[in-house]
Amino acid sequence: MENRHAALGLTDQDVLEMYKKILLTRMFDERTWILNRMGKVHFVISGQGQEAAQIGAAWALRPGKDWVLPYYRDLGVVLTLGMTVRELMLMNFAKAGDPNSGGRQMPSHWSHVGLNIFTGSSPVATQLPHATGIAYAAKLRGDDIVVWTSFGDGTANKGDTHEAMNFAGVHQLPVIFFCENNGYAISVPKDLQMAVDDVATRAAGYGFPGVVVDGTDVFEVYRVTKEAVDRALRGEGPTLIEAKVYRFTPHSSDDDDRTYRDPEEVARQREHDPVRKLREYVLAHGILTEEEDQRLKQEFEAEIDAAVEYAEAAPDPDPSDLVRHVFAQ
Amino acid sequence: MAQMTYRDALRQALREEMLRDERVFLMGEDIGAYGGSYAVTKGLLDEFGEKRVRDTPISETAIIGAGVGAAMMGLRPVVEIMTINFMLVALDQVINNAAKMHAMFGGQFNVPMVIRTVGGGRRLAATHSQNLEPLLAHIPGLKVVAPATPYDAKGLLKASIRDEDPVVFIEHSLLFSTKGDVPEDDYVVPIGVSDIKRRGRDVTIVAHSRMTVEALAAAEKLAQQGIEAEVVDLRTLRPLDMGPVLDSVARTNRVVIAGEDWKSFGIGAEVAARIQEEAFDYLDAPVLRVNQAEVPLPYAANLEKLAIPDRDDIVKACLEVLHIQIGSPAAVS
Repeated sequence: MENRHAALGLTDQDVLEMYKKILLTRMFDERTWILNRMGKVHFVISGQGQEAAQIGAAWALRPGKDWVLPYYRDLGVVLTLGMTVRELMLMNFAKAGDPNSGGRQMPSHWSHVGLNIFTGSSPVATQLPHATGIAYAAKLRGDDIVVWTSFGDGTANKGDTHEAMNFAGVHQLPVIFFCENNGYAISVPKDLQMAVDDVATRAAGYGFPGVVVDGTDVFEVYRVTKEAVDRALRGEGPTLIEAKVYRFTPHSSDDDDRTYRDPEEVARQREHDPVRKLREYVLAHGILTEEEDQRLKQEFEAEIDAAVEYAEAAPDPDPSDLVRHVFAQ
Repeated sequence: MAQMTYRDALRQALREEMLRDERVFLMGEDIGAYGGSYAVTKGLLDEFGEKRVRDTPISETAIIGAGVGAAMMGLRPVVEIMTINFMLVALDQVINNAAKMHAMFGGQFNVPMVIRTVGGGRRLAATHSQNLEPLLAHIPGLKVVAPATPYDAKGLLKASIRDEDPVVFIEHSLLFSTKGDVPEDDYVVPIGVSDIKRRGRDVTIVAHSRMTVEALAAAEKLAQQGIEAEVVDLRTLRPLDMGPVLDSVARTNRVVIAGEDWKSFGIGAEVAARIQEEAFDYLDAPVLRVNQAEVPLPYAANLEKLAIPDRDDIVKACLEVLHIQIGSPAAVS
């Protein structure tokens, strides 16, 4: 197997860390489903199958410096940027210590002030104009940052998306629009959503480049995102990146995907599992041994167990705080 | 009469109207193969085909705006906006366009469309659980319907589809699985007619949508204390039919208004204002309102429960307008 990471400036250690993130992301997500089915966690919305796109993109960003406006499937993004398993489990259990919102916001509507992660609303696409606005502020203030925002193919068809991209193009803002195209807006397939093959082609209408990338290939995603970051930092404006991915799970814990897609289609797509792909790569390059991989899984299992135990025992939000945070205090 | 869920009653209304009138068609997100986020349109794609059951992109402005255009050309679009929260981005089409086209054309065009949507919700937090019916009920040119029972859901949806004006039809996410008597045959419940759902002499509870169910449960609890509450279900918020409310107030002299919307500038504010305008002399106590806490609804279960009004809150308000100390034996005759 060809060495693909060295040419991108990635060390073996970098690749090992990327692998750890992809493995942890998958394991955390799987555990959240189990907790949901046990009746302990009310809601899951999942990014299984999309992790390589998330980790490859996040790896090109500077945590705590660049601003990140992810969407609800981006567990891999927030774990790569530095949110911890414990923090995310507090979020799942809606506890007072949840750093996202202290239990006010829905799970997976991520935010973290120290890591510059910005929450979004449940109606989709609203984060795109915010990303444009943050990039506009950065340009006005001369800040040396980029803004990265992500969304699904469904969101690509909202008016907000068009307006945000057009505005960013007009002002040549340092923003990266990252579409994780998994082919379905909940149940509605791509062909009923758009008359073009690639969301990325729309970038031409806004005056900036659009790039299509295989979202199961962590290195390619890293490469194109790094290029977009460099363009933005050089003052050359936005980039639209479309990562082609597939969602292995139903839309959310309230969805049964068998109503709109053939389980065989899902099984076929699982053959391109990005976690397995990266595992094969690190094993082939001697970055990790089978034994070390097993140990890693045990470590993460233990870390997740401990986080669940901690979060379950953690205090709920204080009832006397019900009407707090309506206005600034 | 058949026992049917609110969900099935809505589906039956859609199906019957689509069979009756070939101009009726459906558009919305996930309404086809998926059968709708709340499974209301399940099976309709198979029965009526893609031409009349159309899955759309996530494009609420286009969905509603296209509905306006198609309605003005003589079709009868029934568009589905998955939840009322998702309608906010398209309020320009609802408020500036659907509601005003008839007047802006000097009465020469009608907009006979229905916008079906869903309010309320649990464990979906601030931007996915809202009860925004007051925003829409405020607008001249719109009709706003919010049924509480399967019977009313079917009859009012059929009336809405047959109506010549734009109707916002607000279902409630917690009502879809509730059951009630629904005739299998064709009937309509007229828009703009409130309904007394329970007779009582001591206090009037005015409600709409899911709070009607809570009001009826509250009335049962009050009955155990010898207090007979009358429950008036508004059913339609615009045009608002105050007749049954005023009639009830004239007999009970005491009113509690229950809504899952926020109290300030809400449905209860309008109803209370009309009561004092038209029935001031009948009142023996101030009109009280029971509503959701005025805060973006938190996700955490304990905070959410505190924020959302329930039957116990209604009981408490009824005892208050009856000047009865909570816990003391009832003294109403």
